[in-house]
Amino acid sequence: MTTTILRVSDLKTSFNVKRSGRKYRVNAVDGVSLSLVAGEVLGIVGESGCGKTTVGRSIVRLVQPDSGAIEFKDTDVLSARGQTLREMRLNLRMVFQDPYASLNPRRSIGDSVAEAGDINKVFTSRAERAARIAETLTAVGLEPSFATRYPHELSGGQRQRAGIARAILPAPAVIIADEPVSALDVSVQAQVLNLMMDLREQLGLSMLFISHDIGVIGQISDRVAVMYMGRVVEMSGARSILDRAAHPYTRALMAAVPRPDPSQRIAGAIETGEPPSQFNRPAGCAYAARCPLVSERCRAEVPQLRPIGADDKVVACHNL
Amino acid sequence: MSRDGITMWLTPFLARPIALIGLCVLLAMVIAAAFAPWLAPYDPYAIHPVSRLMPPDAVHWFGTDQFGRDTLSRAIYSARMALLIGAGVVLFALITGIPIGVFSALFPRLGHVLMRMVDVLMAFPSLLLALGLIVILGPSVANSIIAIGAGYMTTTTRIIYGLALRLRAETYVEASRSMGSGTGWLVVKHILPNLISPLLVQASFVFAFAQLGAASLDFLGLGAPPDIPSWGNMLAESRTFITRAPWLLFFPGMMIVLTAFSLNLVGDALRDRLDPRFRDVFSGEG
Amino acid sequence: MLSVRDLTVSIGSDAAPVDIVSGVSFDIGKGEILGLVGESGCGKSMTSLAVMGLLPQPGPRIRGGRIELVGADVTTLQPWQRVEAGHGRIAMIFQEPMTSLNPVRRIGDQIAEAVRVHDGLSGAAAWTRARELLEQVRIPDAALQLSAYPHQLSGGQRQRIMIAIALACRPQVLIADEPTTALDVTIQIQILGLLRDLCNRLDMSILFITHDMGVIAQLADRVAVMYGGRIVETADVATLFGEPRHHYTRGLMDCMPVRNLGARRLPTIAGQAPRPGTIRTGCVFAPRCVAAQDVCRTATPPRLALGEGHEALCAFPLDAGRPS
Repeated sequence: MTTTILRVSDLKTSFNVKRSGRKYRVNAVDGVSLSLVAGEVLGIVGESGCGKTTVGRSIVRLVQPDSGAIEFKDTDVLSARGQTLREMRLNLRMVFQDPYASLNPRRSIGDSVAEAGDINKVFTSRAERAARIAETLTAVGLEPSFATRYPHELSGGQRQRAGIARAILPAPAVIIADEPVSALDVSVQAQVLNLMMDLREQLGLSMLFISHDIGVIGQISDRVAVMYMGRVVEMSGARSILDRAAHPYTRALMAAVPRPDPSQRIAGAIETGEPPSQFNRPAGCAYAARCPLVSERCRAEVPQLRPIGADDKVVACHNL
Repeated sequence: MSRDGITMWLTPFLARPIALIGLCVLLAMVIAAAFAPWLAPYDPYAIHPVSRLMPPDAVHWFGTDQFGRDTLSRAIYSARMALLIGAGVVLFALITGIPIGVFSALFPRLGHVLMRMVDVLMAFPSLLLALGLIVILGPSVANSIIAIGAGYMTTTTRIIYGLALRLRAETYVEASRSMGSGTGWLVVKHILPNLISPLLVQASFVFAFAQLGAASLDFLGLGAPPDIPSWGNMLAESRTFITRAPWLLFFPGMMIVLTAFSLNLVGDALRDRLDPRFRDVFSGEG
Repeated sequence: MLSVRDLTVSIGSDAAPVDIVSGVSFDIGKGEILGLVGESGCGKSMTSLAVMGLLPQPGPRIRGGRIELVGADVTTLQPWQRVEAGHGRIAMIFQEPMTSLNPVRRIGDQIAEAVRVHDGLSGAAAWTRARELLEQVRIPDAALQLSAYPHQLSGGQRQRIMIAIALACRPQVLIADEPTTALDVTIQIQILGLLRDLCNRLDMSILFITHDMGVIAQLADRVAVMYGGRIVETADVATLFGEPRHHYTRGLMDCMPVRNLGARRLPTIAGQAPRPGTIRTGCVFAPRCVAAQDVCRTATPPRLALGEGHEALCAFPLDAGRPS
């Protein structure tokens, strides 16, 4: 009943960064394993620098991982060539965060939306191309006439719809959505989230939904992976993360979400520390310095994901 | 281009009268070059020993030179040389600059080496570089274009390199790459279209500086052959008469200044138009 | 401490002005945090810049209304004139602290400079005061951090530095324009906590501007909701979240994912925010409002007083007592 459509195994990606004249090697992703079941939405939540975006970019081959494997339907993504690679490209598609930067200002919306098809020579005729563009624009709630418009004529929400249209023509198997609603106003954000939920059902999409916003993640995801400093620290069903967060970091994250409930107001100073520098990673658990449960073992040994409790929850913590 | 497009491009000129004047001067220059045989009152080559070094009057508006040739007619014909040199230099700078700049940005390994070589060329003052090249190539119109163009090729390449580096990191370029686009696609669909506007600005400045470069080469006798009317040649020939017939230097000198100045005004206006900080103001958005 | 009456900020020519802020009024009491909430383009940032006397030149200008700071009319005064006249004790922090800090100067120097300007202290005294300020904003190892450069600090610490610089003038009013929007939530909550703490300890008033209803609920004492250049609803925070009366306020709360976890669809507000000047008659929210009647599109809606300090700019407000 459940077939894994995308599998990421022990992915490691690092970058060279120059700071104050010195070169550092930053491990943006440090051994992440995920699997995406056909038809599900897996949310990846975490704060800036946790490596969630790099995971997404590795899957669409925008960055070259150091090690690890990415498989799409049992085919290795990283070594794909020729026809296989083309199939990957069309099946693994990305939606980007910034609706202003992700559309070329000099290309019409229609050209942008049809880009994957054009690159991979999917359309057999101009008429077919035009028809597919119109159909896709309609599917994302834009008038077909938008095809001849340019990005600067569109609002942020409309642009993001165009960005989504670009990712579903021709329809892929998996969408990697990297903070697709973070740059939008709340009222528009809800419209775009609804659209993504509708498309997922209509097209039977699987989705890797990357966001820093636990509210958005909780809304759209079936399962959630929480990342901290390049590693997954907790993964389980969305409800279980929201209601029964286990890892101390997940709990801190949940507690910090500003809820629209004035009965839980901030009374005074709250000091919960900051993540360690990426240039100077601690030896053991990266959360140790901020963790209320910290023990000696945490500073020496990196905790591995292990099952805890019910609902397929896995947590990387020594002290649970 | 649609009607809206034309209005959009004209707005910066309308909003700034002095830039409009610059545009008009340039237009006048193009008309002068195109219709020189009809506009010029006399044959620019016709020698009249009787009426040598005549001051400006109703017959010869700009006076005559030491051979009795009409200065106004020669000045009008000179616009042809000015346009030829300007267009030639711009073309040379773009044809060399675009491939080198874009290539260097997309292939950083080799690009780094290429750009260092451009930097070395940049270290030479442009006139010195032009003189050196003319010495090697020999004086002619075509060689003037190459010699002056070499100096502006470097700055143009630098600008293109910088822009292409920035464009390469744009999200829409990444989006395109994630869908499997190759280098050719990126260059044609994403990089070149976004280079057009800044290059238009750069071209107007190069065009202006080419006028000064060409005038300098002509003045030194290393540019166009002396019998061809050009503002630089006119200056060179008449410099010995500076006290007796100052108008011989005044009119061609004025033409050079006016042309370079107008081009700079137009370049400024274009840059303001294309600078994103001002774009919304001009198109009435935001 | 701060009183704004009928503030109207316009762009465009005098003959055909376009109001980007129109008829905005609010008061902030001593030690109170007023949350000004709205989506992008609603005029909340323009309001704050007008209050600071920092409207960009040339461009928007104050066309009407009155701004009073601690009882003195400062509507037309430039910031330096306010300082000279002794009304200068208002400070502002912004969304992106990095752009407000000089990247090549040490943190200590930048704070000490602010101290010099406002307290006339110099040398070691200014440096000591700078350290006090850093301790006040709860930066660990304050003495050590004084000699750090901005790029060596995290986003959260930089925002603390900006708050320290703002505190150098011992402000009676602090304007915070989306100060936590660029920060991660676990850092955001610490900055919010710090602001609440400073407000309590220093009896400072804060005008807190944000797009995030969640942040407003956690921090503000009173709330003003802005839409299309107008304040459409004001109330104390418990009333606003308990019984929102304006349809926009209600819509804004309803479409928050955090209130709808697990729902198949999120409630939305149809359409998008209007551009300034596009709606000239009737209620600015009418085109998107579920309860709009014909009269909403033609007549300016009344400002209804609905309870103590609770006002809504609406002809057909939501029922009171309907739980949100």
